[in-house]
Amino acid sequence: MNQPFIDLRDVTVRFGAADSETSTLALDRTDLRIDTGDFVALVGPSGCGKSTILKLIGGLLSPSSGGVIVDGREVGGPHRTRIGLAFQNPTMLPWLTVRENVMMPLKIVEPFRQHYRAKKKGEYAERADALLAQVGLTGMGDKRPWQLSGGMLQRASLCRALVHEPQLLLLDEPFGALDQFTREELWGTMQNLWMTQRPTVLLVTHDLREAAYLATRICVMSARPGRILEERNVEFPRPRSIEMSYAPECAELVQALRLRIAEARSDLSPRTTEPSVSLVGAEKEAA
Amino acid sequence: MNTATTIDDALTAPAGASSAASPTSTGAASSTGPSPAAATASVTTPRITTPAMKPAARKRSFKLSRKLRQRMLSAIAIVSMFALWELACIVFNISGLILPRPSAIFAVLLEKGPLLWPHAMQTLYTTITGFALGVLAGVVIGMIIGSSRFAYDVAYPLLVGFSSIPKVAVVPIFVVWFGAGTVPAILTSMVICTFPVVVNVATGLAHTEPELQDVLKVLGARKLDILWNVGLPRALPYLFASLKIAITLAFVGTVLSETVAANKGIGNVMIIASGNFDVPLVFAGLFILAAMGIMLYVISSLVEQRVTGWAARGNEVAMG
Repeated sequence: MNQPFIDLRDVTVRFGAADSETSTLALDRTDLRIDTGDFVALVGPSGCGKSTILKLIGGLLSPSSGGVIVDGREVGGPHRTRIGLAFQNPTMLPWLTVRENVMMPLKIVEPFRQHYRAKKKGEYAERADALLAQVGLTGMGDKRPWQLSGGMLQRASLCRALVHEPQLLLLDEPFGALDQFTREELWGTMQNLWMTQRPTVLLVTHDLREAAYLATRICVMSARPGRILEERNVEFPRPRSIEMSYAPECAELVQALRLRIAEARSDLSPRTTEPSVSLVGAEKEAA
Repeated sequence: MNTATTIDDALTAPAGASSAASPTSTGAASSTGPSPAAATASVTTPRITTPAMKPAARKRSFKLSRKLRQRMLSAIAIVSMFALWELACIVFNISGLILPRPSAIFAVLLEKGPLLWPHAMQTLYTTITGFALGVLAGVVIGMIIGSSRFAYDVAYPLLVGFSSIPKVAVVPIFVVWFGAGTVPAILTSMVICTFPVVVNVATGLAHTEPELQDVLKVLGARKLDILWNVGLPRALPYLFASLKIAITLAFVGTVLSETVAANKGIGNVMIIASGNFDVPLVFAGLFILAAMGIMLYVISSLVEQRVTGWAARGNEVAMG
């Protein structure tokens, strides 16, 4: 496969007008390539533009310059790649049942959309139930979102992101708001879902162990304006286990990533130390 | 949500208490693990929850009786208000021309009931028509304004301007355009009840979570898809909250217009009665208006409960 599934070329994103003082450069001439079926985790200091990349690929944002190509086409065109999206916040609609929430994409995405009325009680409901069962929510389809716990809602949210069998799955810190045990459980669920459907996945995360557990490749980003500093392939055999994520080779990887991000963060440090410098100056004056 | 957890506690408590000695059940009860500390913790939890179960059960029966008591108390409050009124009129020897006794008003209601009935129906019909038109206009305008930031910014000053005009001032204009009678009354009540609906529908639409919009946009949803599947259901609780305000305002509009320019309706009856110093009849009209107002308010809040029952709990989810 010569052509990558996702191809970001020389992408710059600037918020606000280029000449105004308030404008911020979120991404600066970034390149990123993701092959079909890859599971790429994007890590980096906070505010470095990880979510911006995700939004670019999802077509929610257009670049100030450069090109974003997904599946051989410029993003934003009429021919759309099927994409699933999940956030930290599960955003279930409270007036629908969990099953109806999961089926929501089928109501909107072609070609499912035209059959929705006819199949919503049969085939589509079965599809949603099968997915719910796969993430351990058997029999929860008729419940309302408020009757589920945070972890369960996040599982349902993953189902909603996958029900239309997307070619591309975009995850923006989907496990960020969960406790550690639930989170690790959901890593397993996620790995399982990925191994059965094999979509291309882009995961934005702060959790390095999560990246090491799930990803086939990890991209480390620099502080704002973001660029990809380093890419690492993760070769651990699958299915991976939680025990593996505590094994020495994994700890080594996490430690290496941690150092790289700390380095990227230290680019910020002159700004944070500035006040103390001026304080020294003030002391001198006082003396 | 709170009640659900207490019921769960109450249900699991006896089971935990009866078999707390066996190590397997303690492991199941506490998710932290089978450490000695956890075991003692799981022994103490039933001890806390078992006495808590009784108040929970008592609370439910207490709640029912409290609701009943509350109803009884408000009935007593109404009756005693009338009694006090009657008593005050007798004790201070207030003239029936200034403040008629409730008994006199009820007597008028009974006596002139058949005569008042068509007027009451006229007022009700005008109000409901004006209300329906006003809500329809409000929903349409609110949808347009609420689904686009641009339209919101452009139209908002205009709307505020319209809504701040005293509605009494509009009635003469309607009368000039359409002549005295039913049409100005309908239009007045429509105009007066549109604004709260517009504001609430627009607010409800504007409150759609950006993340959810992103999820749908990535799927290729059109603006209309998002409006239909997310925006409108999300705005429903806001709409119904505004309906309760709108229905009372619609009454104000109708009666206002009827007192200024009409030959039918309770407002008209009251203005004629006050011209004839028939004060008990004026008060009778007031009573009829109050009764109809309460009736329509109750109907709209019942509809609200049925349609948007999810909203009360939905908010809890959004917060937690």
